[in-house]
Amino acid sequence: MTTSSEDVLLQMGEVRYKKGDGTLYVMNERVAWMAEHRDTVTVSHRYADIKTQKISPEGKPKVQLQVVLHDGNTSTFHFVNRQGQAAMLADRDKVKELLQQLLPNFKRKVDKDLEDKNRILVENPNLLQLYKDLVITKVLTSDEFWATHAKDHALKKMGRSQEIGVSGAFLADIKPQTDGCNGLKYNLTSDVIHCIFKTYPAVKRKHFENVPAKMSEAEFWTKFFQSHYFHRDRLTAGTKDIFTECGKIDDQALKAAVQQGAGDPLLDLKKFEDVPLEEGFGSVAGDRNVVNSGNIVHQNMIKRFNQHSIMVLKTCANVTSAPSTMTNGTNNANGPVSQSAYTNGMNGKAQATATKSSADQVDKDEPQSKKQRLMEKIHYEDLGDPLLEGEDDPANGEKAKSKQFELSKVERYLNGPVQNSMYDNHNDPMSLEEVQYKLVRNSESWLNRNVQRTFICSKAAVNALGELSPGGSMMRGFQEQSAGQLVPNDFQRELRHLYLSLSELLKHFWSCFPPTTEELETKLQRMHETLQRFKMAKLVPFENRAMHELSPLRSSLTQHMNQLLRTANSKFATWKERKLRNNR
Amino acid sequence: MKLSVDGLLVYFPYEYIYPEQYAYMLELKRSLDAKGHCLLEMPSGTGKTATLLSLIVAYMVEHPETVRKLIYCSRTVPEIEKVIAELQNLMVYYERHCPNPPPFTGLVLSSRKNMCIHPEVSKEREGKAVDGKCYGLTASYIRERHDMDAETPICQYFEGFSLEGKESTLPVGVYSIDDLKEYGRSRNWCPYFLARYAIAHAHIVVYSYHYLLDPKIAQVVSKEMSRESCVVFDEAHNIDNVCIDSMSVKINRRTVERSTNALNHLTKLVQDIREEDTNRLNEEYQRMVQGLKDASVQRDTDMILANPVLPNDVLTEVVPGNIRNADHFLSFLRRFIEYIKTRLRVHHVVQESPAGFLKDISSKICIERKPLRFCAERLSSLLRTLEISDLTEFGALTLITHFATLVSTYTKGFTIIIEPFDDKTPTVSNPILHFSCLDSSIAMAPVFSRFQTVVITSGTLSPMDMYPKILDFDPVVMSSFTMTLARPCLLPMIVSKGNDQVTISSKFETREDTAVIRNYGQLLVEVAKTVPDGIVCFFTSYLYLESVVASWYDQGIVDTLLRYKLLFIETQDNAETSYALMNYVKACDCGRGAVLLAVARGKVSEGVDFDHHYGRAVLMFGIPYVYTQSRILKARLDYLRDQFQIRENDFLTFDAMRHAAQCVGRALRGKTDYGIMIFADKRFSRHDKRSRLPKWIQEHLVDSFCNLSTEEAVQLARRWLRRMAQPFTREDQLGISLLTLAQLENMEQEKLERQAQGKQGVGGEVQEL
Repeated sequence: MTTSSEDVLLQMGEVRYKKGDGTLYVMNERVAWMAEHRDTVTVSHRYADIKTQKISPEGKPKVQLQVVLHDGNTSTFHFVNRQGQAAMLADRDKVKELLQQLLPNFKRKVDKDLEDKNRILVENPNLLQLYKDLVITKVLTSDEFWATHAKDHALKKMGRSQEIGVSGAFLADIKPQTDGCNGLKYNLTSDVIHCIFKTYPAVKRKHFENVPAKMSEAEFWTKFFQSHYFHRDRLTAGTKDIFTECGKIDDQALKAAVQQGAGDPLLDLKKFEDVPLEEGFGSVAGDRNVVNSGNIVHQNMIKRFNQHSIMVLKTCANVTSAPSTMTNGTNNANGPVSQSAYTNGMNGKAQATATKSSADQVDKDEPQSKKQRLMEKIHYEDLGDPLLEGEDDPANGEKAKSKQFELSKVERYLNGPVQNSMYDNHNDPMSLEEVQYKLVRNSESWLNRNVQRTFICSKAAVNALGELSPGGSMMRGFQEQSAGQLVPNDFQRELRHLYLSLSELLKHFWSCFPPTTEELETKLQRMHETLQRFKMAKLVPFENRAMHELSPLRSSLTQHMNQLLRTANSKFATWKERKLRNNR
Repeated sequence: MKLSVDGLLVYFPYEYIYPEQYAYMLELKRSLDAKGHCLLEMPSGTGKTATLLSLIVAYMVEHPETVRKLIYCSRTVPEIEKVIAELQNLMVYYERHCPNPPPFTGLVLSSRKNMCIHPEVSKEREGKAVDGKCYGLTASYIRERHDMDAETPICQYFEGFSLEGKESTLPVGVYSIDDLKEYGRSRNWCPYFLARYAIAHAHIVVYSYHYLLDPKIAQVVSKEMSRESCVVFDEAHNIDNVCIDSMSVKINRRTVERSTNALNHLTKLVQDIREEDTNRLNEEYQRMVQGLKDASVQRDTDMILANPVLPNDVLTEVVPGNIRNADHFLSFLRRFIEYIKTRLRVHHVVQESPAGFLKDISSKICIERKPLRFCAERLSSLLRTLEISDLTEFGALTLITHFATLVSTYTKGFTIIIEPFDDKTPTVSNPILHFSCLDSSIAMAPVFSRFQTVVITSGTLSPMDMYPKILDFDPVVMSSFTMTLARPCLLPMIVSKGNDQVTISSKFETREDTAVIRNYGQLLVEVAKTVPDGIVCFFTSYLYLESVVASWYDQGIVDTLLRYKLLFIETQDNAETSYALMNYVKACDCGRGAVLLAVARGKVSEGVDFDHHYGRAVLMFGIPYVYTQSRILKARLDYLRDQFQIRENDFLTFDAMRHAAQCVGRALRGKTDYGIMIFADKRFSRHDKRSRLPKWIQEHLVDSFCNLSTEEAVQLARRWLRRMAQPFTREDQLGISLLTLAQLENMEQEKLERQAQGKQGVGGEVQEL
């Protein structure tokens, strides 16, 4: 039944499936098994359906390979090569490795979507709750939910995942431990490996070249830790070190970048000196260049520190490249002039090729950005802008935008890892001092009472205190505060969820106003229906339950929500009415 | 705002003004009125440049007869460009707000490297190469040759300029380097020569120190500046070194070898020319006989360096007979070089005076003083006669002739030191002859005498009494301004011990002590933990930096440091350092934070600003004393002691402290800025060091901050940073450190009233008595 369009990548005989002998085919898009002497495929699994493959542990007499499907079913293939255990293992490994290569390609395609959605829900507990409340209770359909309510989340997650930066000290964090017998053990985590690869692309390339083919993963990293590359104070080791090349590549890259020079004229030390002294002139200043400390190890190390920092910084290059690109705003204004000037300058030699003029354009950009830098430097915020009315600076408006840092958990960032919300932090010496100071000042004034000062008469004060004590007239309105104690926790939680869902729905409802387009109108219609459904499916049962269990509070719990719904309804009704009237 | 400074109407291009800016203007005006020199210190970041420019320009408007020209000298190219940008602001303000704006022309002059617009020549990166190529296209004889043979390449921009540009004047306006280039392109004129011509009649000229202080260049460039000029030296804290460097010469074996080669080459050329065209040499000879030293030469493009000695010291006599003939001159030079060669063959250090050197040379090879004095001139004349376009080859030979001229002209204030080897490598023979200027007033003297007002200003000139001594002049005004602050935006601290109570100091005995180095490291780590964004550290020398970094690596401090911030280090390679610096800035910009390790007296400490988040803390590890074992320094110290009665220790401390102040001052560039300054050395707390810091730093360095341990310092910093992080608006500053025009006038009024009252009060008392 194997169609001709499918390539058989591997054909493995002597494979037993459910006690029947047969052949295993590994094909482009699926794995299949055919019993001996038959021409129909008994087992066929598309790769897309396969979740993982499992193999029997080393040393077991049976050499097996199991394919686990997404729906939980499994198929186990038993390799029975007549030439013995070794051959069986070899067969199995062949299949395994091939599958290993093939499976990832399909896996990603399949449930990327589902997985993403799942992930989003897991990462956002609020959203998950909303999902539970709205979709599972059939207030909304799943598609609708994803399309409207979770759109932002989905977009955020898919569109721009935030890159995780590289810590400057990631190499230092790999702490070596003695393994007891005169050796060192390094603990590598995938994070660290990721960091190394990201920072040192040359190592990544080496890894890519060497690892499966020439050495094992462990060997590679052993070599890495032995190399001069890791130990920054070592000079280049012998040619045996595979990382010698990496170092050279890095050096070259650095050299090229250095040659290119610093983009900023205010930082380019080479261009600082206007008229350098003639060679041989100068006294003290001169020997700074000539005298070399001679300690090459130290110099090398310093170079490597710089290099390391630069490479680490490069990993977040897309963040930093933004400010250096300058706006072209003013350029258009003087562009034509300079262009003609240029051709003018070239007169007689008509060789103004396109490349040259573009290079020229770059030259033109340079003074512009330079000028802006200078202006920034001589700008004193407190003195105010130089009073040059009429001169609008177009570059000012378009400040280069750099990527914003987004926090997934803002509170955690603001509060730091140790959060103690129960107590006010009084270890702030400043504020403590301030408080003390104020207290002292205040108490001082208590003593020297001024006659002129008018005090409230003590009777009125006692009255006021009485009114403010529990039971007093001023405290009457606050009875509901105690609702927190009256309502059991599960009700509170449910109420909170209800509010959450309702406000989400209302948000979308109100965002439809004014319904100017056809689309908005249909959406409004839909949202209204959803709200009705929500009321029926969620609010009313809750109310009923509250009636039963919390008789004293009765409807006061949902009073506000009902009011919200009513407002929405009446708004919808007026809109509907007006629309009908208009249509008439 | 338009304000009245002691009766002078000053246009100040901002809405607000700092009180110290006003005070500065008052002092500056006094000195202009008195037509005398002045020395003014004002903290960096208080708008010194804007103040200077607006006052002097206003003065020029009001008293066009008294001050005709402003010559503004600064040190680095970025500084120069900043000045021009401020000037442009000021002039635009004049245009907008002044009924009849002054028709002033202001422009910048820079080297060819920065100004060339020739498509090929400007591609060169080295200043020397640009100069050489330019010379190869514009020298007078090249142009003559081009007239005969159109194939000879010339520079069209220069031709364009010499055809039409020389007669015309630059339209009124302020021209930055880029503006000049733009203008040059549009006119097809060479911007460099345009600027060279224009500075003669421009009202405001901005250029580098060297154009005024280095006699070799000054004579060519700044010859025709009128006496009624006001010269400003900004960032002048190192001005004495610039003076000294421009007149000191160093000759090593390579110089001698190369000059011998050049000499051989010259000899051959002379022979060739003799065979084909004896006329040229004869003409030259005749010229010299008649005393027309330079009759033909005043062509601006021929840029053989002018005489290295000051104009007053140039002999106006005829070139002596024994070097008039080219052959004679060459053999004369050969003898001189041979003599230097023998002098370099020493096994121990020799130090002698120029007089002794001259005596020796006359007794050994019978060379008299007089022909030596003409050496530099004679060689440049010969090079011109021979029409040599590539001068790079003759650099070494020119150096030797300059040495000859200098040594025979000046017998005082100079010394000759011949060192057979470097002190660090006593086994390797590497003889160097230092001809060193000891007296910075020699190069400065003509400037002081030539111009009626010279303003020497910087953010760090303390202790100020030193400058009049070493530059040998009498200032009419000498003043140091502090910074009025609405909040204490600088936090100077002296950290004298680590947490383990070990005294930290970079003094020679404890410099290599691991405990000290570790404590330095811990201090840095603690600061890196506490302080946001950029941190800059300065070490006393590059060698020290290297060894400390190596120890820190061994002690694991570098690793800890990397956990908090990225680490960048200044190296001896400028290009590499620039790149590291650029990345440092990037790291600060993207919020990652970084630490920069640099060297006091290095390029970074002199020219790069670490304003705002680029430098929230500066650490000065040790006192940046100059390398005291150097013989040149010793000679200078001796000279200063004998001539100016300056004690060695005073000068050394002065020098160290001005560099330290310069380093820490890098962090603070304005009143809205804030920065921590940590002096990490026990010795800073001594009175003689502390009192030499600029007033504006001293004011904030209270006694309780002078003997801190690491932990205490970090504690203080933490508290202070929290305060600084509060929003700071203009309203907070107004009336204290920032004034509106009305406030300023009120203040003046009050002052006047107080004065009047004071008088009355005294009178009243007398009456009562």
